[in-house]
Amino acid sequence: MSRTLLTGNGAAAWGARLAHADYIPAFPITPQTEIIETLAQWIDTGQMDSRLVTLESEHSMITAAGGAAATGVRVFSATSSQGLLYAMEMLYTVAGWRTPFVLVNVSRGLSAPITLEADHNDVMAARDCGFLQLHCATCQEVLDNTLIAYRLAEDERVRLPVIVNLDGFYLSFTREPVIIPDPQETTAFVGPFNPASIHFRASAPESQAVAVLGGAPYSYFRYELHLAAQNALSVYDEIRAEFRETFGRDYPAVDAYHAEDAELVFVMLGSFATKARAAVDQLREAGWSIGLVQPHLLRPFPEPLLQQLLAGKRGVAVIDQNLSMGKGGVLHTELAAALYGHPDAPPVLASFIGGLGGRDITAEEFFEIARVLRDAVSAGRAPLPRLLYTRDELLEIRKLQAVAHVERKELGKTT
Amino acid sequence: MYRIRFHGRGGQGMKTASRILGSAFFEAGYEVQDAPRYGAERRGAPIFAYVRAAREPINERGIIQHPDLVIVADDTLVPVPASGVLAGVSACTVLLINSTEAADVWQHRLNISGPIITLPVAAEVEDRADLPYIGATCAGAAAQLIGVIPQQALIHAIETELGGLGSAVVERNLENALAAYELVAPHHGLASEGAAPHAQDYERPDWADLPLETARISAPTIYAAANSIEVRTGLWRTLRPVIDYSRCNRCWWVCSTFCPDGAIAVSADGQPQIDYDHCKGCMVCVAQCPPHAIAAIPEHQAQAEESQLAGTTGDPP
Repeated sequence: MSRTLLTGNGAAAWGARLAHADYIPAFPITPQTEIIETLAQWIDTGQMDSRLVTLESEHSMITAAGGAAATGVRVFSATSSQGLLYAMEMLYTVAGWRTPFVLVNVSRGLSAPITLEADHNDVMAARDCGFLQLHCATCQEVLDNTLIAYRLAEDERVRLPVIVNLDGFYLSFTREPVIIPDPQETTAFVGPFNPASIHFRASAPESQAVAVLGGAPYSYFRYELHLAAQNALSVYDEIRAEFRETFGRDYPAVDAYHAEDAELVFVMLGSFATKARAAVDQLREAGWSIGLVQPHLLRPFPEPLLQQLLAGKRGVAVIDQNLSMGKGGVLHTELAAALYGHPDAPPVLASFIGGLGGRDITAEEFFEIARVLRDAVSAGRAPLPRLLYTRDELLEIRKLQAVAHVERKELGKTT
Repeated sequence: MYRIRFHGRGGQGMKTASRILGSAFFEAGYEVQDAPRYGAERRGAPIFAYVRAAREPINERGIIQHPDLVIVADDTLVPVPASGVLAGVSACTVLLINSTEAADVWQHRLNISGPIITLPVAAEVEDRADLPYIGATCAGAAAQLIGVIPQQALIHAIETELGGLGSAVVERNLENALAAYELVAPHHGLASEGAAPHAQDYERPDWADLPLETARISAPTIYAAANSIEVRTGLWRTLRPVIDYSRCNRCWWVCSTFCPDGAIAVSADGQPQIDYDHCKGCMVCVAQCPPHAIAAIPEHQAQAEESQLAGTTGDPP
């Protein structure tokens, strides 16, 4: 065991190395590329016994990952943003094959307009495909969750691919202290991949279904996938307990920080949740009764735990780093569905959209969210959804639009 | 918590500087966060990197808004608004500038009240993106200004971060870093830890409600070249291509076609003109020109000649 400074990308690579991934189909994309570069270097220098193959696209990469996992080898891959979306068809397909492997996604906002920086619309787009999702807030979590993800994916009661998500820049390129566990301990924890019924081989045909199904058998297979994903909740708790006993670090399906005795609660995913944690510390110092609830698992959605942690709260502010066009924040929507009809559900569930395309959320904005939430609780009704966006930022856009207008004129398009 | 920002150009080693300082803090028993910040920029573009260090685990993330110490490796960046060197600088912020000009000149020029220290260490080089050892030098000076990093931790950090490049590189960097460490010794511990933001008394964010606007205005469409006139990517340039028209054979197409940024226009009589506001200084045209009519001149030298010319003739260059 050693404690050293690692980026989130470095931590993801260490996770794959310690899990002894046999096969790594790869395709580069910012801000993920450092992961496959690190793995390639280790393989090249003999520090890791694995096969890394560069594919011609993410679509092929996920196909190769699913195909390899169907033969019973341990597979790791990584992507980001547009790459994840380019692979979307195959994400649904390989999850339908029930092939277990781990895909690290380094979150980055989607085009258009294009950005390199973090938000969660990419991983939210993969919400319904059958991959389970673990969301990380620190570089340590990235390493630890990659190990946990293999256990979860390969468990016979689950048998589904898992996405481990980390935020671009805020984790991917940020170094912080990370404990690299003892390889003997990690090898014992993850264990060898027991493929059991997974044994696809060339020239050894086998079938569990026909190629094209009618609605009723199709429904059977799809709903079985859903049940397996739901079943992952209790399986996750077993694995998490074992991880805690072995390594002393705990990742409950939903993390709670000063939430138990709090009247008001922030709800957030990913690395920005550590900023909310810092804000909770400051607000508590100023006398506020406030806490943080941070889902760690997004799929399966840990409904019972969220219902329990939020029961009796006076107000909840969900800060979504994503935006479902024509609806709003995805986490807010899912939480509302989970809480509806529960007698102890918080009366005010406010929605904030922030951190799109890596736009920062300042400490002052967390304080202001708390103030808006408190006022809403006093007034007895939730405020309108709020985009975290200042007048100065709007002024900047107005300046850019004025320049664009002049340019259009110069280019002879005066409309 | 200490909050430190390094500013430089891509290629000057600001990411390395932040990693050396981060490792030195870590060695000295601190919790650390270090990160570079850049997007699609190339060598020579303004970039920055930052370090947070504290005795407790760090929950703050992202760009440092209120720095305790700002280090500027390349003083040509200070007047460039896009580089954000002065963002969030207050009277409590220590500013360290690598510059041959005196601290009081900068104090007067920038009109800021906080302490400014200059580090006149870098020998002038042809391509400023190659400023040698400046990353380690800046990290060495920063370690002294912070004052809680023992020399041994700095040495070990440089060995850790640069060890993969061989012992000769480590030695030269150590030499430069330790010289800078000594040079700013009179200012030992000048940079102090900033406080956490207050939840009681804070500046309320002035949130705006976005109005619905027609797609004509609100769609980010790009249907034409030259759509980023105000983005002066010429600031990224550390080398300047200069056309010798006595050698240019008016081929009319080679340099302008190969220019990846469309920054070379050709007049009706076949004469190429370089748009220096947007030429990033990649030197592709220099390599492609068949009669070798384009020379690469160090940008700082070209600018010095321009201002001299302006001074003697009274005309703008």
